[in-house]
Amino acid sequence: MSTFVQLLVNGLGKGAVYALLALGFVVIYKATEVINFAHGSLALIGGYLIAVTVDTLGFPLAAALGILGAGLAALLIERLLLSRSRFATPDSLALLTIGIDVVVVEDIFRRLGTTVPYLGAPWDARPIQLGGITLFSTQLVALVVGLVLITAFFLAFRFTNWGIAMRAQAENREAAALMGIRSSRVTATAWLVAGALAGVAVMFIVTQDFSGTGLSRTTHAIAFAAFPAAIIGGLDSTAGAVVGGVIVGLTQALTEVYVSIPFAKVAVFLVMLIVLVGWPAGLFGTRELSRV
Amino acid sequence: MSDVATAVRATAAPAPRSRRGSVLRVIAWAALLLVLLALPLYVGPGLLSAGQYVMVGAVGAIGLTLVIGQAGQLSLAHAFFLLVGGTSYAVLAGETEQAGSEYIVGLGLPPLVALVGAVAISALAGLAFAPVAGRLKGIYLGVASLALVFLGFYLGQALPMLTGGAASGRNPEPFSLFGFSFSNEGYLAVLGVPFRQSERLWYLFLAFTVIAFVLARGAVRSRVGRAWRGVRDNEAAAAVMGVDVLRAKAGAFAVSAAYAGLAGVMVTLWLGLLKPDESEFGTFGLNTSIAFLAMAIIGGLGSIPGAVVGALIVYGTPQVLTLFADELGLGDTLAGLSPTVISLYVYGIAVILVVLFEPGGLAAIGRRITGFATRRLQLDATAATPPRPAPPGEDRS
Repeated sequence: MSTFVQLLVNGLGKGAVYALLALGFVVIYKATEVINFAHGSLALIGGYLIAVTVDTLGFPLAAALGILGAGLAALLIERLLLSRSRFATPDSLALLTIGIDVVVVEDIFRRLGTTVPYLGAPWDARPIQLGGITLFSTQLVALVVGLVLITAFFLAFRFTNWGIAMRAQAENREAAALMGIRSSRVTATAWLVAGALAGVAVMFIVTQDFSGTGLSRTTHAIAFAAFPAAIIGGLDSTAGAVVGGVIVGLTQALTEVYVSIPFAKVAVFLVMLIVLVGWPAGLFGTRELSRV
Repeated sequence: MSDVATAVRATAAPAPRSRRGSVLRVIAWAALLLVLLALPLYVGPGLLSAGQYVMVGAVGAIGLTLVIGQAGQLSLAHAFFLLVGGTSYAVLAGETEQAGSEYIVGLGLPPLVALVGAVAISALAGLAFAPVAGRLKGIYLGVASLALVFLGFYLGQALPMLTGGAASGRNPEPFSLFGFSFSNEGYLAVLGVPFRQSERLWYLFLAFTVIAFVLARGAVRSRVGRAWRGVRDNEAAAAVMGVDVLRAKAGAFAVSAAYAGLAGVMVTLWLGLLKPDESEFGTFGLNTSIAFLAMAIIGGLGSIPGAVVGALIVYGTPQVLTLFADELGLGDTLAGLSPTVISLYVYGIAVILVVLFEPGGLAAIGRRITGFATRRLQLDATAATPPRPAPPGEDRS
């Protein structure tokens, strides 16, 4: 029983990290209908910036730099590449982000060479004993940070001008533009926010508690699990992203212990397949209707 | 409607050409084939091996361009079907052996039977995915197919009985046909050039590629291809026209998987080793799926010659750069600028450029050039009549 509680808490912590990634994913999708295959590389950019500056700046400043850098990288991708190709369909832009991902990932690992740096996060590798169960502080901090950021996001999404503009644009792009909403600004901020969220997530992924390895291809593969998270929840549902993230985190944590670690990597995707067969647009996504 | 298919503007069967044009085309193809046939007489094993790798890519990319470009079903599962094909061949053709504590299964069938069996098993694996493919569209389907790559990653490690395990893998039986082995076995010389494994495999792979190419063209130009394009452009309309949509989708997936399976057999023969990946980044990993996707996109989704040229760029660059690494000063010192890294830059950037500037890929560029040339020809022939403006939607998709 105590193992189960332990897994539950750790799974929720992982889930919060996946939720942050998936949320960024969904925000981009809602604003532009583009699936961002380069989301993992945004996380890597954040992680790389932290890794190279943490020794000189100290963790808090480096972390701020990483988050900002990931956000700006996303903004640059949107401004320099995606916004330039207005006539390309969202799906072909998704293919474009695959190209970006290939280049960015390769460049970062070329720079890192053979080193696999940790980010020096203060919460890493400090297990907490609590009445017979061991909790990883990374997962606990992730849970708290995730809850705070997700709440803040939903409040902003609900009440601020930006949130209203976002939702209006997702509802009907043309009508929103006619109401005076600057489409390009909404899109740009969506990418900025998504990139920053990925920058936050990477600080928890690249720890001994979470991935057990420094900044490497494994980080990228883990960030990939944000895909199933977003898909399970439904690509155009922000609440779905959070639910999907939690499902992915729990699935991983439980299967890692009760089945095997290699299986945990597939289990997430199998859960996604099962969900997709039952709900082709995810749990909370809007079903597309085709007009004949 | 705007599925991934139409995303990057996909191409259909080429428009009927003038007689003079088609004669020229036949001559060009024949000349190309002749050059490829004569190559082993002049070129060393290094370049031949690079060429074989390109042909692996070409066969796989043709399969992928069919399912994405013609049938409009985004698939990121190609690497999984490669693994299925390679493993099936190794199991069907290999012998049962005891390697250390591991017990490895092999049926010891003749290699040709094993090859056909491997392709058939891959096709069945593609067909098994049809219930999922039938329910999903566009990006959802792409991400769902991603699940197969991770499944393959797990199964490759979990079934050492079949795959030999991720640590050591297993050696596939060299291909042989009627007693002639495509390996270093026996001595054979043609025109004074000794034909060893690399020369023999070159011809074998060339035959595979030509068969794959011709069959794909046949499919695209026939009823099957029309059904695929119908489904791609508008499922409802295709259904009204009498196309069985689910069947067309399932068929496209099966065909594409069969191609990938053949590519999988080819890559295991090329490496002389079947080894499942130890990390998510490997021979049968997501990166391979993405490399094939890049070939199809660069070549122009749906275009079969485009897929071959895409393979030349994506798989040819690293091989050729490796061969000439010393001449180009590409030591391992240059800040990790290895041939692999350079080629990844090249095709990553190529994908970006294609999406931004030429959604039809190299095929569209090629069509524009040949279109220009044939217009000139027609102009010469009928000097007075002005050229007709190109009809809208020149690719007839």
